[in-house]
Amino acid sequence: MAFLSFPNVRIAGFAAGVPQKIASNLHPTKDDVFSSEYSPEDFVNTTGVLERRVSGVLTTSDLSYAAAEKLIADLGWDKSEIEALIFVSQTPDYILPATACILQDRLGLSKDCYATDISLGCSGWVYGLSSVVSLMTSGMVKKALLLCGDAKKRFLDCDHLRDPLFGDAGTATAIEYSEGCKGFDFHFGSDGSGFDAIITPDGGSRNPFSTESLNYKREDALEQCRMVHRMKGMDVFSFGISTAPKSVKKLAEHFDFDYMQADYFIFHQANMKMNNMIAKKLKLPVEKVPSSLRNFGNTSSASIPLTIVSQLKGKFENKPTKFICCGFGVGLSWGTVVFDTNDVIVSELVEVADEEVDKKYVV
Amino acid sequence: MDINEFIEHFAEQFEDTDVAEFKPDTKFHDLDEWSSLIALSIIAMVDEEYDVTLKGVDIEGAKTIEDLFNTVKGKK
Repeated sequence: MAFLSFPNVRIAGFAAGVPQKIASNLHPTKDDVFSSEYSPEDFVNTTGVLERRVSGVLTTSDLSYAAAEKLIADLGWDKSEIEALIFVSQTPDYILPATACILQDRLGLSKDCYATDISLGCSGWVYGLSSVVSLMTSGMVKKALLLCGDAKKRFLDCDHLRDPLFGDAGTATAIEYSEGCKGFDFHFGSDGSGFDAIITPDGGSRNPFSTESLNYKREDALEQCRMVHRMKGMDVFSFGISTAPKSVKKLAEHFDFDYMQADYFIFHQANMKMNNMIAKKLKLPVEKVPSSLRNFGNTSSASIPLTIVSQLKGKFENKPTKFICCGFGVGLSWGTVVFDTNDVIVSELVEVADEEVDKKYVV
Repeated sequence: MDINEFIEHFAEQFEDTDVAEFKPDTKFHDLDEWSSLIALSIIAMVDEEYDVTLKGVDIEGAKTIEDLFNTVKGKK
Protein backbone atom coordinates (compact mmCIF):
# COMPACT_ATOMS: atom_id res chain seq x y z
CA MET A 1 0.00 0.00 0.00
CA ALA A 2 2.15 2.85 -1.17
CA PHE A 3 0.27 5.86 0.13
CA LEU A 4 2.12 9.11 0.84
CA SER A 5 1.15 12.55 2.16
CA PHE A 6 3.20 15.73 2.05
CA PRO A 7 1.74 18.90 3.57
CA ASN A 8 3.03 22.51 3.45
CA VAL A 9 3.78 22.49 -0.28
CA ARG A 10 1.85 23.92 -3.24
CA ILE A 11 2.06 24.15 -7.01
CA ALA A 12 2.87 27.70 -8.09
CA GLY A 13 2.70 27.24 -11.84
CA PHE A 14 2.68 25.10 -14.96
CA ALA A 15 4.32 25.53 -18.38
CA ALA A 16 4.81 23.32 -21.40
CA GLY A 17 7.16 23.45 -24.39
CA VAL A 18 6.49 21.72 -27.71
CA PRO A 19 8.23 21.84 -31.10
CA GLN A 20 6.73 24.27 -33.62
CA LYS A 21 6.54 21.57 -36.27
CA ILE A 22 3.20 19.72 -36.61
CA ALA A 23 2.88 16.21 -38.06
CA SER A 24 -0.55 15.18 -39.33
CA ASN A 25 -1.77 11.63 -38.82
CA LEU A 26 -4.30 11.85 -41.64
CA HIS A 27 -1.51 12.73 -44.06
CA PRO A 28 1.50 10.69 -42.99
CA THR A 29 4.78 11.32 -44.79
CA LYS A 30 7.67 8.98 -45.43
CA ASP A 31 9.02 9.94 -42.01
CA ASP A 32 6.04 8.45 -40.18
CA VAL A 33 5.77 4.83 -39.14
CA PHE A 34 2.35 3.59 -40.11
CA SER A 35 1.07 0.08 -39.70
CA SER A 36 -0.10 -1.67 -42.86
CA GLU A 37 -2.88 -3.14 -40.75
CA TYR A 38 -5.28 -0.18 -40.67
CA SER A 39 -5.95 3.14 -42.42
CA PRO A 40 -4.84 6.53 -41.07
CA GLU A 41 -8.54 7.40 -40.57
CA ASP A 42 -9.13 4.31 -38.41
CA PHE A 43 -6.01 5.10 -36.42
CA VAL A 44 -7.19 8.68 -35.75
CA ASN A 45 -10.71 7.52 -34.84
CA THR A 46 -9.45 4.96 -32.33
CA THR A 47 -6.56 6.84 -30.74
CA GLY A 48 -7.98 10.36 -30.99
CA VAL A 49 -4.58 11.60 -32.14
CA LEU A 50 -5.09 13.88 -35.15
CA GLU A 51 -1.70 15.53 -35.05
CA ARG A 52 1.38 15.81 -32.90
CA ARG A 53 4.36 18.12 -32.39
CA VAL A 54 7.60 16.65 -33.62
CA SER A 55 11.23 17.61 -34.06
CA GLY A 56 14.17 15.47 -35.00
CA VAL A 57 16.41 18.12 -33.44
CA LEU A 58 15.08 19.35 -30.10
CA THR A 59 15.65 17.13 -27.08
CA THR A 60 13.38 16.79 -24.07
CA SER A 61 15.73 19.04 -22.14
CA ASP A 62 15.51 21.77 -24.83
CA LEU A 63 11.70 21.76 -24.59
CA SER A 64 11.71 21.60 -20.78
CA TYR A 65 14.30 24.38 -20.62
CA ALA A 66 12.11 26.67 -22.76
CA ALA A 67 9.08 25.87 -20.58
CA ALA A 68 11.07 26.50 -17.38
CA GLU A 69 12.47 29.86 -18.57
CA LYS A 70 8.97 31.04 -19.49
CA LEU A 71 7.47 29.86 -16.21
CA ILE A 72 10.22 31.41 -14.05
CA ALA A 73 9.72 34.73 -15.87
CA ASP A 74 5.91 34.58 -15.56
CA LEU A 75 6.17 33.78 -11.84
CA GLY A 76 8.78 36.46 -11.29
CA TRP A 77 10.90 33.94 -9.38
CA ASP A 78 14.46 34.80 -8.49
CA LYS A 79 16.50 31.95 -9.97
CA SER A 80 18.94 31.98 -7.07
CA GLU A 81 16.12 30.81 -4.80
CA ILE A 82 15.45 27.59 -6.73
CA GLU A 83 17.19 24.89 -4.73
CA ALA A 84 15.95 21.68 -6.32
CA LEU A 85 15.41 20.44 -9.86
CA ILE A 86 14.15 17.00 -10.86
CA PHE A 87 14.15 15.95 -14.51
CA VAL A 88 11.85 13.03 -15.38
CA SER A 89 12.43 11.48 -18.80
CA GLN A 90 13.36 8.35 -20.69
CA THR A 91 15.06 10.46 -23.35
CA PRO A 92 17.90 12.19 -21.45
CA ASP A 93 20.52 14.20 -23.35
CA TYR A 94 23.33 11.75 -22.55
CA ILE A 95 23.67 8.25 -21.10
CA LEU A 96 25.70 10.16 -18.54
CA PRO A 97 25.80 12.75 -16.95
CA ALA A 98 22.29 13.28 -15.60
CA THR A 99 20.40 15.89 -17.64
CA ALA A 100 19.25 17.62 -14.42
CA CYS A 101 22.86 18.72 -13.80
CA ILE A 102 23.09 20.25 -17.29
CA LEU A 103 19.75 22.01 -16.76
CA GLN A 104 20.92 23.47 -13.42
CA ASP A 105 23.68 25.32 -15.23
CA ARG A 106 21.74 26.06 -18.42
CA LEU A 107 18.91 27.64 -16.43
CA GLY A 108 21.42 29.65 -14.42
CA LEU A 109 20.38 28.16 -11.08
CA SER A 110 22.59 28.34 -8.03
CA LYS A 111 25.20 25.62 -7.49
CA ASP A 112 23.51 25.09 -4.13
CA CYS A 113 20.96 23.00 -6.00
CA TYR A 114 19.71 19.44 -5.53
CA ALA A 115 19.47 17.98 -9.06
CA THR A 116 18.66 14.49 -10.23
CA ASP A 117 17.04 12.53 -13.06
CA ILE A 118 14.23 10.02 -12.71
CA SER A 119 13.73 7.42 -15.44
CA LEU A 120 9.99 6.92 -15.81
CA GLY A 121 7.52 7.46 -18.63
CA CYS A 122 3.77 7.83 -18.43
CA SER A 123 3.62 7.69 -14.61
CA GLY A 124 6.60 10.05 -14.34
CA TRP A 125 4.95 13.36 -13.54
CA VAL A 126 3.17 11.92 -10.48
CA TYR A 127 6.34 10.16 -9.27
CA GLY A 128 8.45 13.26 -9.92
CA LEU A 129 5.94 15.41 -8.06
CA SER A 130 6.11 13.15 -4.99
CA SER A 131 9.92 13.30 -5.05
CA VAL A 132 9.99 17.09 -5.26
CA VAL A 133 7.36 17.72 -2.59
CA SER A 134 8.94 15.17 -0.23
CA LEU A 135 12.16 17.25 -0.41
CA MET A 136 10.23 20.40 0.43
CA THR A 137 7.71 19.38 3.08
CA SER A 138 10.09 20.16 5.97
CA GLY A 139 10.57 23.71 4.70
CA MET A 140 14.29 23.71 3.98
CA VAL A 141 13.89 23.91 0.20
CA LYS A 142 11.46 26.74 -0.59
CA LYS A 143 11.29 26.69 -4.40
CA ALA A 144 11.80 23.82 -6.84
CA LEU A 145 11.25 22.79 -10.44
CA LEU A 146 9.89 19.53 -11.81
CA LEU A 147 10.76 19.12 -15.50
CA CYS A 148 9.07 16.22 -17.29
CA GLY A 149 8.71 14.94 -20.80
CA ASP A 150 9.91 12.87 -23.71
CA ALA A 151 11.00 13.97 -27.18
CA LYS A 152 13.86 13.15 -29.54
CA LYS A 153 14.84 9.51 -29.09
CA ARG A 154 18.29 8.17 -28.20
CA PHE A 155 18.34 6.25 -31.44
CA LEU A 156 17.09 7.92 -34.60
CA ASP A 157 15.91 5.28 -36.94
CA CYS A 158 16.88 6.41 -40.40
CA ASP A 159 13.89 4.91 -42.22
CA HIS A 160 11.14 5.47 -39.72
CA LEU A 161 11.35 8.59 -37.66
CA ARG A 162 8.00 9.09 -36.07
CA ASP A 163 5.41 6.97 -34.36
CA PRO A 164 1.88 8.35 -34.95
CA LEU A 165 0.80 7.88 -31.33
CA PHE A 166 3.58 9.89 -29.68
CA GLY A 167 4.28 13.61 -29.63
CA ASP A 168 7.25 15.56 -28.26
CA ALA A 169 6.86 17.76 -25.20
CA GLY A 170 8.82 19.05 -22.22
CA THR A 171 7.09 20.64 -19.25
CA ALA A 172 7.88 22.64 -16.14
CA THR A 173 5.95 22.55 -12.87
CA ALA A 174 6.94 25.12 -10.25
CA ILE A 175 6.52 24.05 -6.63
CA GLU A 176 6.94 26.12 -3.47
CA TYR A 177 6.88 25.73 0.28
CA SER A 178 3.70 27.12 1.80
CA GLU A 179 3.26 26.63 5.52
CA GLY A 180 -0.19 25.41 6.50
CA CYS A 181 -1.07 24.33 2.98
CA LYS A 182 -2.81 20.94 2.75
CA GLY A 183 -0.36 19.65 0.18
CA PHE A 184 -0.50 16.38 -1.72
CA ASP A 185 -1.85 12.85 -1.12
CA PHE A 186 -0.53 10.05 -3.31
CA HIS A 187 -1.08 6.42 -4.22
CA PHE A 188 1.63 4.50 -6.10
CA GLY A 189 2.10 1.07 -7.62
CA SER A 190 4.53 -0.93 -9.76
CA ASP A 191 4.36 -4.26 -11.62
CA GLY A 192 7.68 -5.29 -13.14
CA SER A 193 6.16 -8.54 -14.43
CA GLY A 194 4.97 -6.31 -17.29
CA PHE A 195 8.50 -4.99 -17.94
CA ASP A 196 8.32 -5.89 -21.63
CA ALA A 197 4.86 -4.42 -22.29
CA ILE A 198 6.68 -1.27 -23.45
CA ILE A 199 10.43 -1.75 -23.93
CA THR A 200 13.47 -0.71 -25.91
CA PRO A 201 15.32 -4.05 -25.96
CA ASP A 202 18.88 -2.99 -26.87
CA GLY A 203 21.23 -0.20 -25.91
CA GLY A 204 21.16 -0.72 -22.14
CA SER A 205 23.60 -2.98 -20.29
CA ARG A 206 21.32 -6.07 -20.39
CA ASN A 207 21.62 -6.10 -24.19
CA PRO A 208 24.43 -3.68 -25.10
CA PHE A 209 24.26 -2.00 -28.48
CA SER A 210 25.71 -4.18 -31.25
CA THR A 211 25.48 -4.21 -35.02
CA GLU A 212 22.66 -6.73 -34.69
CA SER A 213 20.65 -4.13 -32.79
CA LEU A 214 20.13 -2.47 -36.16
CA ASN A 215 18.58 -5.48 -37.92
CA TYR A 216 14.95 -5.04 -38.84
CA LYS A 217 12.42 -7.75 -38.16
CA ARG A 218 8.73 -7.72 -38.91
CA GLU A 219 6.75 -7.69 -35.66
CA ASP A 220 3.13 -6.68 -35.12
CA ALA A 221 2.76 -5.53 -38.73
CA LEU A 222 5.70 -3.12 -38.30
CA GLU A 223 9.34 -3.36 -39.31
CA GLN A 224 11.14 -2.97 -36.00
CA CYS A 225 14.70 -2.88 -34.75
CA ARG A 226 15.85 -3.46 -31.20
CA MET A 227 16.93 0.13 -30.60
CA VAL A 228 13.38 1.43 -30.93
CA HIS A 229 10.73 1.02 -28.27
CA ARG A 230 7.99 -1.50 -28.92
CA MET A 231 4.66 -1.99 -27.24
CA LYS A 232 2.27 -4.84 -26.58
CA GLY A 233 -0.71 -2.64 -27.29
CA MET A 234 -3.41 -5.01 -26.06
CA ASP A 235 -1.65 -5.68 -22.76
CA VAL A 236 -1.02 -2.00 -22.15
CA PHE A 237 -4.67 -1.29 -22.94
CA SER A 238 -5.91 -3.93 -20.45
CA PHE A 239 -3.48 -2.63 -17.84
CA GLY A 240 -4.61 0.99 -18.28
CA ILE A 241 -8.35 0.43 -18.19
CA SER A 242 -8.12 -1.72 -15.06
CA THR A 243 -5.29 -0.07 -13.08
CA ALA A 244 -6.03 3.65 -13.47
CA PRO A 245 -9.63 3.54 -12.14
CA LYS A 246 -8.53 1.28 -9.27
CA SER A 247 -5.74 3.65 -8.29
CA VAL A 248 -8.13 6.63 -8.17
CA LYS A 249 -10.57 4.63 -6.05
CA LYS A 250 -7.84 3.42 -3.69
CA LEU A 251 -6.58 6.96 -3.16
CA ALA A 252 -10.09 8.24 -2.38
CA GLU A 253 -10.78 5.33 -0.07
CA HIS A 254 -7.51 5.60 1.84
CA PHE A 255 -7.71 9.36 2.34
CA ASP A 256 -11.46 9.18 2.90
CA PHE A 257 -12.91 11.57 0.34
CA ASP A 258 -15.38 11.36 -2.51
CA TYR A 259 -13.38 11.46 -5.74
CA MET A 260 -16.37 13.04 -7.50
CA GLN A 261 -15.62 16.24 -5.55
CA ALA A 262 -12.60 16.91 -7.75
CA ASP A 263 -13.01 19.69 -10.30
CA TYR A 264 -10.68 18.07 -12.83
CA PHE A 265 -9.33 14.60 -13.51
CA ILE A 266 -6.14 14.70 -15.52
CA PHE A 267 -5.14 11.28 -16.75
CA HIS A 268 -2.00 10.41 -18.62
CA GLN A 269 -2.96 10.80 -22.27
CA ALA A 270 -2.49 7.24 -23.52
CA ASN A 271 -5.00 7.04 -26.35
CA MET A 272 -8.60 8.13 -26.62
CA LYS A 273 -10.12 4.69 -26.45
CA MET A 274 -8.26 3.88 -23.24
CA ASN A 275 -8.93 7.28 -21.66
CA ASN A 276 -12.65 7.14 -22.49
CA MET A 277 -12.91 3.71 -20.88
CA ILE A 278 -11.16 4.92 -17.72
CA ALA A 279 -13.47 7.95 -17.43
CA LYS A 280 -16.51 5.75 -18.06
CA LYS A 281 -15.51 3.23 -15.40
CA LEU A 282 -15.21 6.03 -12.85
CA LYS A 283 -18.48 7.56 -14.15
CA LEU A 284 -16.81 10.94 -14.66
CA PRO A 285 -18.60 13.73 -16.55
CA VAL A 286 -16.70 14.60 -19.75
CA GLU A 287 -16.28 18.26 -18.83
CA LYS A 288 -14.14 17.24 -15.85
CA VAL A 289 -11.80 15.14 -17.97
CA PRO A 290 -9.85 17.36 -20.39
CA SER A 291 -7.72 15.78 -23.13
CA SER A 292 -4.79 16.98 -25.20
CA LEU A 293 -4.57 13.85 -27.37
CA ARG A 294 -6.10 15.40 -30.47
CA ASN A 295 -3.37 17.97 -31.04
CA PHE A 296 -0.40 16.58 -29.12
CA GLY A 297 -0.76 12.79 -28.99
CA ASN A 298 0.69 10.71 -26.17
CA THR A 299 3.45 12.83 -24.65
CA SER A 300 4.62 10.41 -21.95
CA SER A 301 5.44 12.11 -18.62
CA ALA A 302 4.57 15.52 -20.11
CA SER A 303 0.95 14.59 -20.74
CA ILE A 304 -0.56 15.69 -17.39
CA PRO A 305 1.00 19.19 -17.21
CA LEU A 306 0.61 19.65 -21.00
CA THR A 307 -3.11 18.88 -20.71
CA ILE A 308 -3.44 21.43 -17.90
CA VAL A 309 -1.57 24.10 -19.92
CA SER A 310 -3.22 23.45 -23.28
CA GLN A 311 -6.79 22.73 -22.14
CA LEU A 312 -7.34 24.55 -18.83
CA LYS A 313 -5.44 27.83 -19.13
CA GLY A 314 -7.79 30.67 -18.10
CA LYS A 315 -10.30 28.35 -16.43
CA PHE A 316 -9.01 27.68 -12.92
CA GLU A 317 -5.97 29.75 -11.97
CA ASN A 318 -7.54 32.15 -9.49
CA LYS A 319 -10.12 30.00 -7.75
CA PRO A 320 -9.71 27.04 -5.40
CA THR A 321 -9.58 23.97 -7.66
CA LYS A 322 -9.25 20.30 -6.77
CA PHE A 323 -7.26 18.09 -9.12
CA ILE A 324 -6.91 14.33 -9.29
CA CYS A 325 -4.06 13.35 -11.62
CA CYS A 326 -3.21 9.79 -12.58
CA GLY A 327 -0.23 8.53 -14.59
CA PHE A 328 0.13 4.92 -15.74
CA GLY A 329 2.25 3.01 -18.23
CA VAL A 330 5.78 1.82 -19.00
CA GLY A 331 7.34 -0.10 -16.09
CA LEU A 332 4.63 -1.07 -15.50
CA SER A 333 4.20 1.83 -13.12
CA TRP A 334 1.32 3.99 -11.89
CA GLY A 335 0.57 6.81 -9.50
CA THR A 336 -2.37 9.03 -8.55
CA VAL A 337 -2.33 12.31 -6.66
CA VAL A 338 -4.95 14.66 -5.27
CA PHE A 339 -4.18 18.33 -4.58
CA ASP A 340 -5.80 21.76 -4.54
CA THR A 341 -4.58 24.79 -6.44
CA ASN A 342 -5.28 28.47 -6.02
CA ASP A 343 -3.45 31.50 -7.41
CA VAL A 344 -1.35 29.54 -9.86
CA ILE A 345 0.37 30.78 -12.98
CA VAL A 346 -0.25 28.87 -16.21
CA SER A 347 2.13 30.06 -18.92
CA GLU A 348 1.14 30.29 -22.58
CA LEU A 349 2.17 27.17 -24.49
CA VAL A 350 5.80 27.65 -25.54
CA GLU A 351 6.41 26.72 -29.18
CA VAL A 352 10.08 26.01 -29.68
CA ALA A 353 11.86 26.39 -33.04
CA ASP A 354 14.48 23.83 -34.08
CA GLU A 355 17.04 26.68 -34.08
CA GLU A 356 16.63 26.98 -30.30
CA VAL A 357 18.39 23.64 -29.83
CA ASP A 358 21.11 23.69 -27.18
CA LYS A 359 24.52 24.54 -28.60
CA LYS A 360 26.53 24.95 -25.41
CA TYR A 361 26.30 21.62 -23.63
CA VAL A 362 27.32 19.65 -26.69
CA VAL A 363 30.42 17.52 -27.15
CA MET B 1 -23.15 -16.21 -20.20
CA ASP B 2 -24.91 -16.57 -23.51
CA ILE B 3 -22.90 -17.19 -26.67
CA ASN B 4 -25.40 -15.43 -28.93
CA GLU B 5 -25.29 -12.31 -26.81
CA PHE B 6 -21.47 -12.49 -26.80
CA ILE B 7 -21.43 -12.76 -30.61
CA GLU B 8 -23.76 -9.77 -30.83
CA HIS B 9 -21.44 -7.66 -28.66
CA PHE B 10 -18.46 -8.96 -30.62
CA ALA B 11 -20.03 -7.99 -33.95
CA GLU B 12 -20.86 -4.48 -32.69
CA GLN B 13 -17.13 -3.68 -32.63
CA PHE B 14 -16.96 -4.00 -36.42
CA GLU B 15 -18.22 -1.49 -38.93
CA ASP B 16 -17.87 -3.01 -42.38
CA THR B 17 -18.23 -6.75 -41.77
CA ASP B 18 -21.65 -8.26 -42.43
CA VAL B 19 -23.39 -9.45 -39.25
CA ALA B 20 -24.01 -12.84 -40.90
CA GLU B 21 -20.24 -13.44 -40.84
CA PHE B 22 -20.19 -13.70 -37.04
CA LYS B 23 -20.80 -17.27 -35.91
CA PRO B 24 -19.40 -19.35 -33.03
CA ASP B 25 -16.87 -20.95 -35.39
CA THR B 26 -15.85 -17.74 -37.17
CA LYS B 27 -12.05 -17.47 -37.26
CA PHE B 28 -12.03 -13.80 -36.35
CA HIS B 29 -8.33 -13.19 -37.01
CA ASP B 30 -9.03 -13.95 -40.68
CA LEU B 31 -11.76 -11.34 -41.09
CA ASP B 32 -10.67 -8.56 -43.46
CA GLU B 33 -11.62 -5.89 -40.97
CA TRP B 34 -9.77 -7.49 -38.04
CA SER B 35 -6.88 -5.37 -36.73
CA SER B 36 -5.14 -4.59 -33.47
CA LEU B 37 -7.41 -1.54 -33.18
CA ILE B 38 -10.53 -3.76 -33.27
CA ALA B 39 -8.82 -5.98 -30.69
CA LEU B 40 -8.77 -3.00 -28.31
CA SER B 41 -12.51 -2.56 -28.83
CA ILE B 42 -13.05 -6.23 -28.02
CA ILE B 43 -10.98 -5.93 -24.82
CA ALA B 44 -12.99 -2.83 -23.84
CA MET B 45 -16.30 -4.56 -24.61
CA VAL B 46 -15.39 -7.63 -22.54
CA ASP B 47 -14.30 -5.42 -19.65
CA GLU B 48 -17.56 -3.50 -19.78
CA GLU B 49 -20.04 -6.28 -20.41
CA TYR B 50 -18.42 -9.14 -18.50
CA ASP B 51 -16.06 -7.42 -16.05
CA VAL B 52 -13.17 -9.54 -17.32
CA THR B 53 -9.76 -8.15 -18.31
CA LEU B 54 -8.40 -9.90 -21.38
CA LYS B 55 -4.70 -9.74 -22.25
CA GLY B 56 -2.99 -9.94 -25.63
CA VAL B 57 -2.31 -13.69 -25.24
CA ASP B 58 -6.03 -14.34 -24.68
CA ILE B 59 -6.92 -12.63 -27.95
CA GLU B 60 -4.04 -14.23 -29.85
CA GLY B 61 -4.72 -17.68 -28.38
CA ALA B 62 -8.37 -17.76 -29.42
CA LYS B 63 -9.01 -18.90 -32.98
CA THR B 64 -12.80 -18.66 -33.09
CA ILE B 65 -15.32 -16.41 -31.43
CA GLU B 66 -16.42 -19.38 -29.35
CA ASP B 67 -12.82 -19.88 -28.15
CA LEU B 68 -12.78 -16.31 -26.92
CA PHE B 69 -16.22 -16.75 -25.37
CA ASN B 70 -14.87 -19.74 -23.43
CA THR B 71 -11.80 -17.77 -22.31
CA VAL B 72 -14.01 -15.00 -20.96
CA LYS B 73 -16.29 -17.53 -19.29
CA GLY B 74 -13.28 -19.21 -17.68
CA LYS B 75 -12.08 -15.89 -16.23
CA LYS B 76 -15.41 -14.91 -14.72
